Amino acid sequence: MDALLLARLQFAMTIGFHFLFPPLTIGLAWLLVVVETLGWRTREEIYTQIGIFFGKVLGLTFAVGVATGIVMEFQFGTNWAQYSKFVGDIFGAPLAAEGIFAFFLESGFLGLYLFGRHRVSRGVHWFSALMVALGSTISAFWILVANSWQQTPSGFVLRNGRAEMTSFADAVFNPSMWIRFLHTFDAALISGAFLMAGIAAYYLLRNREVAFAKTAMRIAVVFGLVTSVLELIPLGHEHTRQVAHTQPEKFAAIEGLYTTQEGAPLVFFAIPTTKPPQLHGTLEIPGLLSWMAFGDPQATIKGINEFPADEIPPLWLTFVSFHNMVVLGLLFILLMLLAAFTLWRGTLWSNRRLLKALLWSIPLPLAACQLGWITAEVGRQPWIVYRLLRTSEAASITVSAGEILFSIILFGVVYLFLGTLYVYLLVKKVKQGPASVHGKEVLA
Amino acid sequence: MDLNMIWFLLVAVLLIGYAILDGFDLGVGVLHLFARSEQERRFHINAIGPVWDGNEVWLLTAGGALFAAFPIVYATVFSGFYIALMLLLTALIFRAVSMEFRGKVDSPRWRRLWDWAFGMGSLLPALLLGVAFGNILRGIPLDGDHNFTGSFFTLLNPYALLIGVLSLVLFTMHGALYLSMKTEGELKARVGGWISPLWIAMVALYVLATVATLFVSPFLLSGMTGNPLFWILFVLLLGSVLSIPVAVKAGKEGRAFLASSLTIACMIGLSAFSMFPRLVPALGDLTYSLTIYNASSSQRTLSTMLVIALIGMPLVIAYTIFIYRAFKGKVSITPDSY
Repeated sequence: MDALLLARLQFAMTIGFHFLFPPLTIGLAWLLVVVETLGWRTREEIYTQIGIFFGKVLGLTFAVGVATGIVMEFQFGTNWAQYSKFVGDIFGAPLAAEGIFAFFLESGFLGLYLFGRHRVSRGVHWFSALMVALGSTISAFWILVANSWQQTPSGFVLRNGRAEMTSFADAVFNPSMWIRFLHTFDAALISGAFLMAGIAAYYLLRNREVAFAKTAMRIAVVFGLVTSVLELIPLGHEHTRQVAHTQPEKFAAIEGLYTTQEGAPLVFFAIPTTKPPQLHGTLEIPGLLSWMAFGDPQATIKGINEFPADEIPPLWLTFVSFHNMVVLGLLFILLMLLAAFTLWRGTLWSNRRLLKALLWSIPLPLAACQLGWITAEVGRQPWIVYRLLRTSEAASITVSAGEILFSIILFGVVYLFLGTLYVYLLVKKVKQGPASVHGKEVLA
Repeated sequence: MDLNMIWFLLVAVLLIGYAILDGFDLGVGVLHLFARSEQERRFHINAIGPVWDGNEVWLLTAGGALFAAFPIVYATVFSGFYIALMLLLTALIFRAVSMEFRGKVDSPRWRRLWDWAFGMGSLLPALLLGVAFGNILRGIPLDGDHNFTGSFFTLLNPYALLIGVLSLVLFTMHGALYLSMKTEGELKARVGGWISPLWIAMVALYVLATVATLFVSPFLLSGMTGNPLFWILFVLLLGSVLSIPVAVKAGKEGRAFLASSLTIACMIGLSAFSMFPRLVPALGDLTYSLTIYNASSSQRTLSTMLVIALIGMPLVIAYTIFIYRAFKGKVSITPDSY
């Protein structure tokens, strides 16, 4: 098989699996800051209980995130050596900064947070929770700086056969950086909120740990409602506008705009086919896309037909993943609105259908994260650095197809095993309930 | 001293930091394979529980720093060592999850599985990192375009394997010293018994490795004896190696651990010094070697990264010390423990 295709599959698999865990880590870490703050201020035991329980969930999630993240630090060198040589002058810096500013912070203070509850003062313990959240967020910041540079490169000049940095500030604060970071960060917060709400719903459905579950549910719903709404407006909207302005072929692909149009419609639903690119059964509002992207319902938007055939991304996958992400995003707002409304009315605790919906929604934000990631990355193809370096020119030339296949099989098996165990242990932990974390006796 | 030299030094410092810090918890993992009781195994894991993750970050940061400062080395070595690196990463993955997983299911078989994963996940990196380092010292086959021309089996040469065994023994001894500092009573006595044989093996292997280097990579030692820095490092190494058994005998575990940390620093320091200004010598034809000049990023990137390191690293060191202080003293099993 083709080494390039295998290298891409290998990377997609390892990053995709890894990317299931950081959103939960970041989301839970900030929720725990809220919980620990409330606990510190009110001195109520219930918050300590929530902190210990979700701290354990965070520890488990973090462990798998770290384990799969180690791989990522080396993948650019192993699989994409030509890329690394071409962009190392710029791309290495945010990765190193991530290590220096983020990894030390989150891993060091996570140890203190999880194991130091009985060793340090309440204030220091609270501070360690804050540092874990901050560290994981700074980590997301730098990795999204690096990714944004691939999407909208700036602050460099082509010299000595590579991209050399001319301005670190321009490279970091490239045109898509802030909005991409905020959009992704908020997605992580939503993931954490749905995990906490779902676990609370599980206990309420079984009528156990009721006080614990009610408190956790209140925190998660408020947190989840705010973050879900923000994810659409302004963050999702602004991110799409940024794509429209800086990566027009990606914009045309995700919106299903295959021919240039004046007053382009916003497509809500369609089934795309590729040869020739066409949408079927379309549900759309005329002019809305032009208005949303450029502030004028009559604005002309370039369609896929305007771009050379070897410079457009895969159309089907980008359209489908983008639209499904949006559908999920709307669902999150709806669920959190319903939950907040019934919470206010006091009827959530007995609303079994809504509680069940919340429980089964736990994995959905992660699905949305994956779909968003696919939209961003597949939408950038055929470039690894937008309009600068093609993915086909970026792979390691000394690594054979057989070697990559070996690594796909190796990591495929390992990750399947880890993923299964993670779910098993998470479910087990939830079934044991918060009481059990106190009951672990010393084994002699 | 130019920026390229400073970055050579900084990468060396990161590697030394990694070897000292993750060195002891890899060593504890290796010793874990020989633990006799469940209580002993829990003490092993909880001795490193709160800190191992932060220690491993030194490796990640060294990787990131290498990418930023010397991207050609990052690209060439990691793509060249592809299969070896995949195996190393797999071992690190199992090690990372084993501590979290093992206490989660109350079954002896489950725990035995994760004890084994923890032990092997520590032993393999301790060995493989040494093998990789040995290959760099020996030189790797490179062509004029800085591409690796060998295969997985090129890496499995006797010299590199010797360095691998040396690093395995060195880290295990370092781990034993750490454990004896963190434990008391019967367990401490058992750990203490491992220290002398490991120390003797480490010294013997180091002498053997030095002699082997004379034959395998004579270029590393040319011109060294005329440099005062070489002698300073050499005397420091000698002093720290010899003070390990002295401190152990006097019951000063903290001092013994510091001496073994200094031993590691001097060994890596001497190797780095002997390679300078090469980062990766080319096997056969040294003119193809990757050096701090032909493999580096631009001056602007090196200076930007230096600013980042100067802001970040003092902070890292400050709170790392703070966190270690919070966990100082003997290990105890609390409700928070693994």
